[in-house]
Amino acid sequence: MENSKPVLSGADIFFECLKEEKVDVIFGYPGGATLKIYEKLYDIDWLEHVLVRHEQGATHMAEGYAKATGKVGCVLVTSGPGATNTVTGIADAYMDSVPIIVFTGQVPSHLIGNDAFQEADIVGITRPITKHNFLVRDIKELASTIKKAFFIASTGRPGPVVVDLPKDVIMAETEYEYPKEVNVRGYKPTYQGHVNQIKKAADMISAAKRPLLYVGGGVIMSGGSEELALLARENNLPVTMTLQGLGAYPGTDKLSMGMLGMHGTYWANQAINNCDLLVSLGARFDDRVTGKTDTFATGAYKIHVDIDPTCIDKNVQVDLPIVGDVKHVIAKILAEIKTKPQIDEWWAQINAWREECPMTYENNDGKLRTEYVLERLSDKTNGNAVIVTDVGQHQMWTAQYYKYNHPRSNLTSGGLGTMGFSVPAAIGAAFAVKDRPIISINGDGGFQMNMQELITAKAYNLPVKFIIMNNSFLGMVRQWQELFHSEKYSFTDLGATNPNFVKVAEAFGVEAWTTNDPTEVDDFLDKALAKNDGPCLIEFKVVKEDMVFPMVPSGGSIADMMVKRLNPNRMM
Amino acid sequence: MKRTISVLVENNFGAFDRVATMFSGKGFNIHSISIGETDISEVSRMTIVTQGDDQIIDQVVKQLNRLVDTIKVVDLTNQYHIKRELALITVSFQKGTMEEIKNICDIFRGKIVDINNRSMMIEVTGPPDKIDAAVNVLTPFGIKEMARSGTVALRRGEQIKAPKKETVLT
Ligand SMILES: Cc1ncc(C[n+]2csc(CCOP(=O)(O)OP(=O)(O)O)c2C)c(N)n1
Repeated sequence: MENSKPVLSGADIFFECLKEEKVDVIFGYPGGATLKIYEKLYDIDWLEHVLVRHEQGATHMAEGYAKATGKVGCVLVTSGPGATNTVTGIADAYMDSVPIIVFTGQVPSHLIGNDAFQEADIVGITRPITKHNFLVRDIKELASTIKKAFFIASTGRPGPVVVDLPKDVIMAETEYEYPKEVNVRGYKPTYQGHVNQIKKAADMISAAKRPLLYVGGGVIMSGGSEELALLARENNLPVTMTLQGLGAYPGTDKLSMGMLGMHGTYWANQAINNCDLLVSLGARFDDRVTGKTDTFATGAYKIHVDIDPTCIDKNVQVDLPIVGDVKHVIAKILAEIKTKPQIDEWWAQINAWREECPMTYENNDGKLRTEYVLERLSDKTNGNAVIVTDVGQHQMWTAQYYKYNHPRSNLTSGGLGTMGFSVPAAIGAAFAVKDRPIISINGDGGFQMNMQELITAKAYNLPVKFIIMNNSFLGMVRQWQELFHSEKYSFTDLGATNPNFVKVAEAFGVEAWTTNDPTEVDDFLDKALAKNDGPCLIEFKVVKEDMVFPMVPSGGSIADMMVKRLNPNRMM
Repeated sequence: MKRTISVLVENNFGAFDRVATMFSGKGFNIHSISIGETDISEVSRMTIVTQGDDQIIDQVVKQLNRLVDTIKVVDLTNQYHIKRELALITVSFQKGTMEEIKNICDIFRGKIVDINNRSMMIEVTGPPDKIDAAVNVLTPFGIKEMARSGTVALRRGEQIKAPKKETVLT
């Protein structure tokens, strides 16, 4: 019986499959339904299992790992509450197209539907927030299902996949062989763009007088940053990026116009409004970018390159859709461009806008501001760090003031806007990235949503630098209350109830410093950047009532852009 | 305008729910939906009647295509196709109205499939607008209960086939 296949348990097959997919780390938390898997894990040395402190943390860690590497991030949790705790992370990964696989334990097949102990219909719950999900009903389908899960999560427009594993399937035994191929006839991403459309796009670029590249996260996911740089540089094209697109093109380069949209630069938003050709590359015309859609880039011929056909004509009607892999399509467009566009006048106009309304903040009153810390951080790291933000004002300031010079360096929850993302996502990234500093930037509110994971950073001695920009407020909500809700600061003042963050960090064994003095910023950042033997935390006590500008109010048009506070004398 | 969309789906666990979840999640409306077996055992056909302008229907078709379990999606609205629906309608009658109802039933080529001393059940099949018409003329007599199957449809001539299962090397 030379050719006979080995007979393995479901739990063994699970690990064999992970090995075949070259998984080197999995973020998890054990429980009743996954006991058998954890029993096997005890003797496995080729896989790093990271014990988290909350399953939401595990999902964001997997996201951080995936965003930083482009590889699939893996999560392993138990049934019921273990599974439902992953829901926020799954939704987050779905919105931002992050390839993760969440393996959930499930009650034994014969108890499914009986309201058994720790039963939750996680496949039903996650159906609208996964790219696809599976309930494995037969051990014979286990290996092929896991293979499909990796294939679906990582190809096309990436996204989360849930694989639900009933306990009896894990305990059962069968002959094991890892399938060499997958078989999903209903799923065939289009990679090659349409040739004629590509030619047309190239001609449009040549002929444009006021072209603009509008770059989203798709460029980073497809690995198309080099192609983008060639396209922009050879044709002298201005590049503006979405929140997820930051890093696709170097932020310090002269062609970079920074971010567009609600908190984008004045000149990027003016350029959107005045361009005659808008080339959207791996972006999805999100409402935070477009504001009011019927005033968005109205004078422009619009080209939209995306791998997901549903993105095209969803929010904004475009003139030339190209469905395909962005990296591939950019390279093809570049090859088809015969003459460079003549756009000196356009650049003169853009530069005039730049001077008219530069990015500035109050910097002379001796008070500590988030913008200043970020500017210093950007300089010190030369735009080379992996920056993981949470959600709120500090996130927008990071987008504005940190000049990302590399793709896969900007890890942020854009689509769902999940507070509590940064701490775990930075930890996840730290398992993959060893040659660049990893910096987690938080507000005092969001930090408290997953701060239990500090202990995970400590347990693995990960040199993550946690920063809290403590403005004693749920700052972004406070900003909207000031601007749009009659200054009723309803439940956004955390000043009286915030914990002592330095003591919190120290309780987790994390070295921590605090300051409200701008002259100490350099020192503290230097100390943190030099620390390589474990995590550390800096609390910057910043002014309380600072506001993020420019701002295009939600649903407004570029004409409604506010560039500074109406009453500059407000106390800060 | 009503649109008829034919969808071939893998007979997988939850495939129907994925389609329904997508419609509700995206805020598309479903006028009727029917699902049943096809000539291939692991493939089912859904016929969905929905409503919306061209942009919405474009999104409906794209979103259906995006689901991993859908194999083929075709908007039949502007193609030659045959549409059928079945309705069971229970109508009350009195002494004087029985003949009249029977006549109406004949006109619509319906069948009386059940009767008692107060009501009868009529079976009508045909294009959905024929069912609408039958319902309209029967309403004054007092419809006690009704069940409509929802539309099923097939393209004339050229077939919409599920492509062969192809294997993809990874
Ligand atoms: C899980 C979650 N709950 C609520 C919100 C709504 N929200 C958006 S920004 C924000 C304030 C964040 O405050 P903080 O973390 O202190 O950061 P800051 O804005 O002050 O920089 C809130 C509450 C959210 N985005 N996510």
